[in-house]
Amino acid sequence: MAVMNVNPTRMELANLKKKLVTARRGHKLLKDKRDELMRQFMLLIRQNRELRIEVEAAIETANKHMAEARSMTDSRVIETAFMLPKQRVELEIKQKNVMSVIIPEYVTHFKSSDKSDIYPYGYLDTNGELDTAVKSLSDIFPKLIKLAEIEKSCQLMAAEIEKTRRRVNALEHVMIPRYEDTIHYITMKLDENERSTTTRLMKVKDMMIRESIEVKREAERAAE
Amino acid sequence: MCMYNAAVIGDKDSVYAFSALGLSVFYADDSEDVEKIINRLAKSDFGIIYITEALADKIPECIDKYRYMSVPAIILIPGINGNTGAGLENLNLSVEKAVGSNILK
Repeated sequence: MAVMNVNPTRMELANLKKKLVTARRGHKLLKDKRDELMRQFMLLIRQNRELRIEVEAAIETANKHMAEARSMTDSRVIETAFMLPKQRVELEIKQKNVMSVIIPEYVTHFKSSDKSDIYPYGYLDTNGELDTAVKSLSDIFPKLIKLAEIEKSCQLMAAEIEKTRRRVNALEHVMIPRYEDTIHYITMKLDENERSTTTRLMKVKDMMIRESIEVKREAERAAE
Repeated sequence: MCMYNAAVIGDKDSVYAFSALGLSVFYADDSEDVEKIINRLAKSDFGIIYITEALADKIPECIDKYRYMSVPAIILIPGINGNTGAGLENLNLSVEKAVGSNILK
């Protein structure tokens, strides 16, 4: 029994009852929110996992090609090759609202309209492996952006789910039982007061009757 | 709607190919540099920061700091030295946070 430190009065009782109703309602709403968030989260996290595995594999292949390219060419040549990139990416971040969690949505804008315009170097000094590496990275690029979007969404949603879960649990296991117990306590206390008032009244009545009887008897005795 | 950039941080060999795609590339090797770069990028208009797993391992606090902010998104990618599995580990972290235990395993 966790009874709050309140005065056992009718007013307090009415207040607490109102609070209990609100708490129950909040609990239900938050529980629904948590369940829905969880559902969305599970969908996203599965997608995230698949995407990540795919992207990681692709980057690894690109890295392998890159390593081969470096083994065949002077590293300075490769460095110069990437010195002046032709392409430039800008991100537009749109916001989507899922159960009051703001999750991002990335839209990419390329500076150069030709998406295949990715090789910033002439082909004279470099070799084919380098091209393959850049090509495979470029192929995976939309997925890379998608991965960022989903992963960020997952992180944000995870935080929100945790927060909501804590709130639901706090309401369910702390607030609501506490209100219930306190209401019970106040009701009992009020009932008890009522009973004690009744007994006191009965007692007083008894005494008064006895007194009046005595007064009467004395009056009779005096008359005799 | 303001426009954001995307950046890649990592050791030279791992990341310079990304510059061809139009991402801003930053080279770093030790944790102090990386943290400085990330903080600077987060303040300016970088929406996504890709970082190699090897580097991310060195600065877990910094990654955690940005984990629950909406911008920037810090995403781990495998570097030239191979996949350490830190990226998937991060995913599991999210699941654990949300569900309480890892239910995907």
